[in-house]
Amino acid sequence: MKSFFGRLVKKKTQPLVKQSDVNTVPLSDQQIQDVVTQEPRIEPSQLLTGSSQSVGKQRDHNEDCLLTFTMTVGGDKHNYPLGLFIVADGMGGHQYGEVASSTAVRTIAGYMLKRFHPYITNSAETLDEPLQDLMRTAINEAHRAVTQAASGSGTTVTVALIVGQQMTIGHVGDSRAYALRSGGRIDALTRDHSLVKRLEELGQISSEEAAAHPQRNVLYRALGQGDVLEPDIFTSPFPQPGYLFLCSDGLWSVVSDDDICHIINEAPSLQTACQNLVAAANQAGGPDNISAILVQLIS
Amino acid sequence: MTLVNRYVVQDVIGVGGMGSVYRARDLHFPNVVKLVAVKEMINRAPDPLVRKTIIQNFEREANILATLNHASIPRIYDYFSEQNRSYLVLEFINGKDLEAIISETAGFLSEELVLSWAIELCDVLSFLHDHKPDPIIFRDMKPSNVMVNLSQHVILVDFGIAKPFMAGQKGTMIGTEGYSPPEQYRGEATPLADIYALGATIHHALTKRDPRLEPPFSFAERPMRKINPSISAELEAVVNTALQYNPADRFPSADAMKEALISAGRKTGILARLGGATAAIQGTSTIKPLWTFKCEDELRGAPIFYNGAIYIGSYDHNLYSLNVADGKLNWKYATDGGIVTRPAAFEGDIYLGSEDQRLHVVSARTGKVVWTYFTDGRVRSSPRIAEGHVFFGSDDQHLHAVNIMGQRASWSFETTAPVRSTPFVANDMVFVGCESGDFYSVDFRGEMKWHFKAKMAVTSSPWVADGVVYFGSLDSSLYALDVRAGFVIWRFRMGKGSIVSPCLTDGMLFTGSADGHIYAVDAHSAKELWRFKTDHQVSSSPVIYKDSLYCGSADGNLYCLEYKTGRLRWKFTTKGPITGAPLVYDDIVYIGSSDHILYALLA
Repeated sequence: MKSFFGRLVKKKTQPLVKQSDVNTVPLSDQQIQDVVTQEPRIEPSQLLTGSSQSVGKQRDHNEDCLLTFTMTVGGDKHNYPLGLFIVADGMGGHQYGEVASSTAVRTIAGYMLKRFHPYITNSAETLDEPLQDLMRTAINEAHRAVTQAASGSGTTVTVALIVGQQMTIGHVGDSRAYALRSGGRIDALTRDHSLVKRLEELGQISSEEAAAHPQRNVLYRALGQGDVLEPDIFTSPFPQPGYLFLCSDGLWSVVSDDDICHIINEAPSLQTACQNLVAAANQAGGPDNISAILVQLIS
Repeated sequence: MTLVNRYVVQDVIGVGGMGSVYRARDLHFPNVVKLVAVKEMINRAPDPLVRKTIIQNFEREANILATLNHASIPRIYDYFSEQNRSYLVLEFINGKDLEAIISETAGFLSEELVLSWAIELCDVLSFLHDHKPDPIIFRDMKPSNVMVNLSQHVILVDFGIAKPFMAGQKGTMIGTEGYSPPEQYRGEATPLADIYALGATIHHALTKRDPRLEPPFSFAERPMRKINPSISAELEAVVNTALQYNPADRFPSADAMKEALISAGRKTGILARLGGATAAIQGTSTIKPLWTFKCEDELRGAPIFYNGAIYIGSYDHNLYSLNVADGKLNWKYATDGGIVTRPAAFEGDIYLGSEDQRLHVVSARTGKVVWTYFTDGRVRSSPRIAEGHVFFGSDDQHLHAVNIMGQRASWSFETTAPVRSTPFVANDMVFVGCESGDFYSVDFRGEMKWHFKAKMAVTSSPWVADGVVYFGSLDSSLYALDVRAGFVIWRFRMGKGSIVSPCLTDGMLFTGSADGHIYAVDAHSAKELWRFKTDHQVSSSPVIYKDSLYCGSADGNLYCLEYKTGRLRWKFTTKGPITGAPLVYDDIVYIGSSDHILYALLA
C-alpha cells in the first residue's frame, strides 16, 4: 500500500513517510495546547499610512483637503487600532471650494473624534452608537457646516473610519476609495455620484463616451448642495493582505487602475507610493488638484 | 416700469436663468384690467451675429406658439425685442405651479387629483407631438413648468423658447435635471422623452421625492407605492411604464399613456391587482406535495436531512425519522417534553433539545437513545456542533458546551436570562443571545470576550460572516456587530420585533419580522433591498436555495421568492401558522406547520 502511494506521488510522500517512521508517544492535549500557544502573537495591531497632495499643473489654487489620523494602543485588552482618513474635493469656484472642503474635513474629524473620546480615555467603554449612524451624522453635520460657511459651493467627501478589522466608508461625490488586494487586484469601493457614471452604469453610454462626455463634471450629489443629503455608507473587512487607497478625481481621472497598483506595489514605503502616485498624475498633465492617502493594516 | 408704452409691470412673478417673468397690465384695454405675463429674456451672447440668430430663432418659435390653440397652452399675445432683451407677452395664469403645490401640501396629493392632471398633460403632449408639419417636443416637462389654475386645470408653461438665451455653463457643476430620460443626455429629444418626463413628474407629485435630489434615472429603485402605499397598483404600473430606461419599452405615444391612465382610473377601487409582482404566481392549488407526514401536535421546529432520512421534532414530544423518498416513518423517539428545536446530526447520532430540560442524543440508525444531558430549564435553543462539542442554550440561563466524547459539560456560561437563540460558532468564538437582550461572545474556554445589550430579547440566532455577526431582536432591530470587538456597525429598523434568524447570501441579508414582512438588506450598507409582505407575523427563518428564498409565515403559507428581487414565485398554503424554518435539499423543500403536518414540496 505504501509503495503504491509512493509510486503515485513519489517525491512528496517521502519526507512524510520518514517522519511517520519515527516512533513517538502521542502528544497529550496539554502538550498540543502548549505548542499552539507558544507562538507569540505580534502586538499591537496597527494602521500604517502615507499621504500626498499637489495643486496640479493647470490650477492656481488647491481646493482639495485631506486628513489622516491613526491610534495604536499596545498592552491593553481593548487594543483595536483606530483610524480616520478623509479626502474632500471642493468646487464652486469663487475660492469657496477650498472653504467647503476644509470645513467638511474638519467638521467630520471633529465630530468623530469627539464621539471616540470616551473610548480613547476609558478602554472599558465601547460605542453604543452604530458606526454607520456615526458616519451618517458626521457627514450631515459637515453638510450643514458647508452650507453655512460657503453657501453655493460644494465638496465631495470620502471618509474611511477603521475600527479593528472593519472599515466603514462614507462617501458623497466623485472622490474614490479603492481596495488593493494581493495578486494586483484593485476594486473601487465607492460609486461616483456623477451623471455620466450613472449613464454608464445604466448602459446608456460606454466608458469611452463617458470619458469625453460634455457633462462629465456634473455631480448629482455633493456636500453643501440641496436640503437632504444621502451619503453612501457601508462597512467591509479591511483588505488583508492589501491596502486601502483614497484619492480625488485629479488622480483617478489620469492614472489608470493598473498604474495605481503598479506604483503602490513597487514603492518601498506607503509615503513614497503616495508621492509617486501624485507625480504620475502631474506627469499626465495634472489637470486638477491631486490628493492621495494610502493605508495598511498590520495585525 | 412700462414696456413699449403698453405693458405696465406690476410685479415679478418669477426669476429664471435668462431673465424675469412679470405680471403686467395691458394698457390697450384702458377700461378693464387685462393682466398678462411678460417673459423677459436677456441676450447675453457677445457675438453680434450669434445675438441676431438667437433673436430670429426666438421670433420664429413665438410665431409657432402663437398658432397653437389648446386649453392647456397659454395664449401668446405679442412679442418684441428691445436692445439686448426680448419679450414674450402671454396669457396670465392665476394659479400656482405644481412644484409649489407639491411642497406646500402637508401630506401626499390625492391620487384622483394627480390622475386628472396627468390625463390633461397627456392630452396637451399628444396635441404638441401631433403638430404639423413638425412635431413639437416640449423637452422640459417638470412640476415647475406645470401651472394649476383656480379651476384645477393644468397649463403647460415655459416652452423651450427661452433655451437659446441660456449661457453655456462650464466647469464642475452640481445638480442634474432629474426629470429627463437617459437618451436626452445623448442629445435625443423625441415624444418618448416627454413621456418619461411626465412619468417623473407624476412620480414626484405622488411621492414628494424630488428626483433632482436622487441619483439620476433611479425611479425604479423607489417604486411609488413603497413611499406612498395608498397609491393604486394600476397607476403605479402606468408610471413605471412611462419611466422605462429604454424608450421602446415606454408608451408609444402620449395618447397611449392617456388611455392607460384612464383605464387605471376606472379600475381604481377594484381589488384586481396588476403588475409583474403577481403575474408569475403559480396558483396555490397547482402545487401538490410529493408526500406529507402527520404527527400528533404542532411542528414548530425545523427539519434536517441526514443519511437518507429527514429528522424533525414535534410538540407531541417525539423526534421522527422519515424516509426521504416517501415520508414513511423509520422510527420515532419519545422525549418527555415538547420539541421546538431543530435537530443536529454528527457521526451517526442525532442531537436534539426538548422542553423536558434535556439534550437527547439518539442513534440515527436505530432511534435508540445513546446518552442524554440534563439542564435546569427547558431547552428551546437548537444544538450546534463544532470542535468536538455540542453548544446549546437552555431556559436555565446558561449556554452549555458539552464534550461529545466525554458526554460531559466542558463548561457552561451563565447569562442573565433564558437562552433560546441557537449559538453560532466561528473564529474560535461562540455567539449567542438571550431573552434579556444580552448578546455574548464567548471563547472556547467559556470566557466572555465581549457583550452587547439590545433593548429587548435576542431570540434570533446569530449569523457570522466576514468578521461581522448579524442577529435580530424583539426591539425591532436587526444588528450587525464587529465579531472581535462587539462594536455596532449598523442597525436596521423593522416595523416590529423579530425572532427570525437571519441568513446571508451574496452580500444580502434575509430576515423576517412580526410586522409581517420578509426583508432583504444589503449586508454592507444596511440598505433595504426589498421587502415582501405576508399576511401575518414572520417567525420562520428564511432559507436560500439556488436563486430562491423559502420562508414561512404565521399566515399559514410557505413563500418561495426570487431572492434577488423579492418577487413571489409561488406559495403553498398549510392549515396552520408556520413558525419553523424550511429545509431545502436536492430540489425538495421540507416544511413543518402547526397543522401537525410535514410537507415535502418540489422546490
